[in-house]
Amino acid sequence: MNRHDTPQAPGATDPGSGPARARAAAGTRPIKGGVSKDMQHDSAIKHVTGRATYCDDIAEPAGTLHAYLGLSTRAHARIMELDFSAVQRAAGVVGVLTAADIPGVNDVSPTGRNDEPVLAEQKVEFWGQPVFAVVAETRDAARRAARLARITYEDLPHVLEPDVARAQGGPYVTPPLTLKRGTAETELLKAPHRLKGEMRVGGQDHLYLEGHIAFALPGEDDDVTVHSSTQHPTEAQHMVAHVLGVPSNAVTVNVRRMGGGFGGKETQMNLFCAVAAVAAKKWHRPVKIRPDRDDDMSATGKRHDFVIDYEVGFDDAGVICAVKADFTARCGFSSDLSGPVTDRALFHADNAYYYPNVLLNSHPMKTNTVSNTAFRGFGGPQGVMAAERIIEEIAYALGRDTFDIRKANFYGTETRNVTPYHQTVEDNIAPRIVSELEQNADYQSRRQAVLDWNAKGGVIRRGIALTPVKFGISFTATWYNQAGALLHIYTDGSIQLNHGGTEMGQGLNTKVAQVVAEELQVDIDRIKITRTTTEKVPNTSATAASSGSDLNGMAAQDAALQIKERLTDFAAEQWQTDRSNIRFIANAVQIDEETVPFADFIRQAYMARVHLSAAGFYKTPKIHWDRATGKGRPFYYYAYGAACSEVSVDTLTGEYRVERTDILHDVGRSLNPVIDKGQIEGAFVQGMGWLTTEELWWDAQGQLRTHAPSTYKIPLASDRPRIFNVALVRWSENRENTIKRSKAVGEPPFMLGISVFEALSHAVASVAEYQTCPRLDAPATPERVLMAIERLRRG
Amino acid sequence: MAASAHQLRIDLTVNGTVHGIDIDPRTTLLDLLRETLDLTGTKKGCNHGQCGACTVHVNGKRVLACLTLAALCDGADVRTIEGVGTPEKLHPLQDAFIAHDGFQCGYCTSGQIMSALAALEEPWGPDDAAIKEAMSGNICRCGAYPNIVAAVQEVRKSAEGGRNA
Ligand code: FES
Ligand code: FES
Repeated sequence: MNRHDTPQAPGATDPGSGPARARAAAGTRPIKGGVSKDMQHDSAIKHVTGRATYCDDIAEPAGTLHAYLGLSTRAHARIMELDFSAVQRAAGVVGVLTAADIPGVNDVSPTGRNDEPVLAEQKVEFWGQPVFAVVAETRDAARRAARLARITYEDLPHVLEPDVARAQGGPYVTPPLTLKRGTAETELLKAPHRLKGEMRVGGQDHLYLEGHIAFALPGEDDDVTVHSSTQHPTEAQHMVAHVLGVPSNAVTVNVRRMGGGFGGKETQMNLFCAVAAVAAKKWHRPVKIRPDRDDDMSATGKRHDFVIDYEVGFDDAGVICAVKADFTARCGFSSDLSGPVTDRALFHADNAYYYPNVLLNSHPMKTNTVSNTAFRGFGGPQGVMAAERIIEEIAYALGRDTFDIRKANFYGTETRNVTPYHQTVEDNIAPRIVSELEQNADYQSRRQAVLDWNAKGGVIRRGIALTPVKFGISFTATWYNQAGALLHIYTDGSIQLNHGGTEMGQGLNTKVAQVVAEELQVDIDRIKITRTTTEKVPNTSATAASSGSDLNGMAAQDAALQIKERLTDFAAEQWQTDRSNIRFIANAVQIDEETVPFADFIRQAYMARVHLSAAGFYKTPKIHWDRATGKGRPFYYYAYGAACSEVSVDTLTGEYRVERTDILHDVGRSLNPVIDKGQIEGAFVQGMGWLTTEELWWDAQGQLRTHAPSTYKIPLASDRPRIFNVALVRWSENRENTIKRSKAVGEPPFMLGISVFEALSHAVASVAEYQTCPRLDAPATPERVLMAIERLRRG
Repeated sequence: MAASAHQLRIDLTVNGTVHGIDIDPRTTLLDLLRETLDLTGTKKGCNHGQCGACTVHVNGKRVLACLTLAALCDGADVRTIEGVGTPEKLHPLQDAFIAHDGFQCGYCTSGQIMSALAALEEPWGPDDAAIKEAMSGNICRCGAYPNIVAAVQEVRKSAEGGRNA
């Protein structure tokens, strides 16, 4: 059992073991917690005993106030009058914040487009938009008082659906993107077969179990410290400074851990941090803000929904000649991250398939809905859905198995290897992974069994599908691909590690600590990982785009190597020996024949005035991207995977069950197999939820009606596949020089959930003898499945 | 607490400690635990009885603390995650959650453990399907379900082994 969570007594000589035992152990056994080892999450014991501190668990100083947001009840309207008299009179109320109270700029747009007010001014642009905040002695008082506000509106016309917005010639929230290679339009005309269709892919609420929260403490002068549950402390810092009208150096943002993020806390936390900070400065008291779950779901952004219009030309063998597609996205009232999200949808509209001629356009539409944002996969999954629909269309048109059409269109290795954005795929292992999974999951014989079962014509139909994933790793905003770390070794040999990444359950801290343990050859128990804070590592990127361990692991390694260099110099001089005779062995340093325990060695280094602290830095090499021409190498490498799912569907009700899923996924050379497997399983479940039960539903007035877990259904324990086999690709290692040749794992396996959707489609197709592509829309709720079945039955 | 004129006196035992507290009658057990007694291991996920993050035991039965009025717990015996095991001496189920990696972000974990502890005493069948059903009131957005089920099964089996021995 690993006990490195246990706090150490000050001045303890050798953390975790005591000096005598440490000496005995030094160099004689491998270190605990190096890379490529199963290593439990660094907060494991705290999690199971309820001692892990989240933002809402931080003890509140006396005098803490609580803020609560007042949300709009119109999708689009002019604000004619705000009347807070009843609010002000309510018990416990300290005051009301409106846009007029903002000392700096009333804007939290993460891209500098200045289109996202903290509190609405003059007009509201979606139902649920924050208009004011009540600040009171207790959260309960603030919440009750917020209901007493009287807002008079004058309604303006609203538009909710992206395709309607586009048909009306509505504005884009951010410039669109075109990816083009070859001559798709002419090749479509020449192709032996050609067809077109439309697909709707729904959005998704993050439903992180810990909702949004910010807790601001005023300091002297302009200073303010904000604790928050954010994936991007640096951006929260910048936004708070911008809203307060103070320099960034006055603002500190801290996050120890999040109760889930999934992209929902990349930019959406900025507003809460800003409101808490403004109130804290105004009343000079600590202020906490934590919305109710319904408000959290109504007022914060989600995964983008898309309407995808596609056209494909192909030959008799099902090989694609040309693809043309338009991706129309519901972006909401402001740009937020819709630019990079809709770009990434285009980047993944090929999934693992080669399009000889291709023309892809994004249409990031402004709608009167909450501004959509990052969510695991960041638009990529919606792109992959389009690719898989195109494959389905071809297969049903030719009367073939979808799996055969997939194989016929995979990227090649030497030829047929250029993407729509002109990056050459150099590391293609999709075909190998897919054929291994075909064997392991016994795909061919199980498919035959499914066909035989369905041929009997019963009420319960079965379906099976094997789908691949290829996912590009790197932020497409090239400058985001940098990271810093700060490493201190104290004179007792204990180590403190800080990096710019944030922990949201993905095990990032554990992995980064493993890297440092490996470099310095010390037990991981010796390393304490501290909260992420803008005070220690500045100008960090969001923990997003699956890049957390790639970037921060390398930065931490850089810091460890710097200190190791200095220590090696010191030892060479002190022991009068050649540097090559100095080795860092388990918890000790070997110099010639002598073995010095690590803590003793560090103490001696300190006495000799060696600098025992280092700031590490990393930037991803090779990548570049020119958005104007649609050409470049936006991705450092690709992560791959494949999943095979089998479902059964009740054709009288549309209800279904996932009988079995087999997954084979590529994480390169894993830094921590058990954590990676957990990420893969969790991502699959979340991806499956997105495409099956998770339905966002707005009424005609623009009010989101699925705003709590009672109406918005995420997968439960009972929904996971009855048989669930998950394996890592053992032979894979990243051909790029990433941290220990590993690959990112956060997002790519999300798209493995698409296998469930495709299997449902297969089961539905059986009712019309597989003659017609079912054209199921996502999410494939039982209602939608039933409608698709009836559509096919009607013919 | 704002606006409430009368307070109500309740006595309850939490993790073996007896408390006599004056409360606003509208206070939920969850807020009492988190805000008055500083027992923050019990989490607030939805506050609507829909996620299971706030699961605690009242008189040996699992309840959702966010849907339970503290006033109704007068005289009750309440057990929270803080009363289950300590970092030095974990309960076997806590050990199993670590061994099977039964969490990611950890926010649902105390609720999962409290729910599973109670479920192990309830008349559910022995197979995975029964455990999944018994645990279906506890959402895990990180999707750690396979490992949660494995952890619960391990403890169930070893308890059974103990009984049969
Ligand atoms: S907080 Fe009680 S069930 Fe969600
Ligand atoms: S571990 Fe994150 S919600 Fe369960």
